[in-house]
Amino acid sequence: MALKQKQASEVATKVINQDELFILDVRNEEAYGDWKIEGASVTSMNVPYFDLIDGVEEILPKLPRDKEILVVCAKEGSSIFVGEELVEAGLENVSYLSGGMKAWSEHLEPVKVGDLPGGALYQFVRLGKGCLSYLIESNGEAAVVDANRMIENYSSFAENKGLTIKATFDTHLHADHISGGKTLADQVNGMYYLPEEDAGEVTFDYTALKEGSTVTVGEVTIEPIYSPGHTIGSTSLMVHDAYLLTGDILFVESIGRPDLAGKAEDWVQDLRTTLYNRYKEMAGELVVLPAHFSKMAELDEKGLVSAKLQDLYQKNDGLNVEKEEDFRKMVTENLPPQPNAYQEIRETNMGKINPDEETKREMEIGPNRCAVN
Amino acid sequence: MDAQKTLDTKGLACPMPIVKTKKAMKDMESGEVLEVQATDKGAQSDLAAWAKSGGHELMKSEETDGVFYFWIKKA
Repeated sequence: MALKQKQASEVATKVINQDELFILDVRNEEAYGDWKIEGASVTSMNVPYFDLIDGVEEILPKLPRDKEILVVCAKEGSSIFVGEELVEAGLENVSYLSGGMKAWSEHLEPVKVGDLPGGALYQFVRLGKGCLSYLIESNGEAAVVDANRMIENYSSFAENKGLTIKATFDTHLHADHISGGKTLADQVNGMYYLPEEDAGEVTFDYTALKEGSTVTVGEVTIEPIYSPGHTIGSTSLMVHDAYLLTGDILFVESIGRPDLAGKAEDWVQDLRTTLYNRYKEMAGELVVLPAHFSKMAELDEKGLVSAKLQDLYQKNDGLNVEKEEDFRKMVTENLPPQPNAYQEIRETNMGKINPDEETKREMEIGPNRCAVN
Repeated sequence: MDAQKTLDTKGLACPMPIVKTKKAMKDMESGEVLEVQATDKGAQSDLAAWAKSGGHELMKSEETDGVFYFWIKKA
């Protein structure tokens, strides 16, 4: 049987549905250790392709015979090379990931969060990088929150549903991924909202996202709530008094880190106030929708990442640190490494540099690492 | 840097730069240096990892005008 091609979308479906998946990842050990395809139903094995150039005999006994083997590499060339060797060696069910980890990093899976008057709210799950973005629709109008660079995902989604995107929002200046907010807004002649406090060095036009300036999409209201701490401008969005889009301030299993703009010590108190005062005074029934997840276990059976605010106050460790001193330590010491190329990503999001598409892809490789753990 | 042999893999994508490097190294003597030129960005970390796993020494690497140069000393 010939080597088969698998699209990132097919792999995403398997991961979300928790269908069994065996992956032979042929990137080098460092790349694999840094970042790989994960999931409760995923088994993966790492053997660099350069150890398999002369043949695959050595690894044959370790590979399953009764299930599909998906070969994965950075782009796809090496996975095709190894995949063909496996087929020649007599394995029958072998495929490779089309576009490799780059395609995996760029795939967005839209998941419906719930209904809204005249429409609905959707979460776009970027499985390969842990980024979550949102589309709010009501009466033919739409808004996109924390858009990723691959904006055709949102524009084609809107087109298929006959929606006009009238605004895009960034809850803060992102450091882990390149924002598509400004580009998408320009493409549809819509407004681009960004918190003013994060936009000091931004080189292009934007509309200030600030508390008190409510935006409406169809029948739905989007209410900005100033919630600094991850960045000084971080602003949450309350949608229809039911959903709280928390950006990188509060996640399901963790909280935001204050150090990616180099000001951890200055912003610790802001983060503390947002999480321990501001959010705490809000309705516990609000459904928290963050801009990231860090573990596949955070996805529910539909692939959605969300939690009720009151539940997070019960079980999220970052919301349960009694002493301020302990909290300060937690968010400033022993932080994970910063996201790949985070400085260049911030500069790109300010419009200060404009790398080509290929360089942008390279900059975004790897996990998001916006949480404290 | 002096090299006994030069290998041009410019324009080739993974896995070819390493396939060719491996082949070129076979014909060389221990202690000899191979210069590899590549344009594939992935080659950078892969060549370093490959050299390490084979015990070869990656003596130097640099990038000039989008071309990566590597000097590898055979084990």
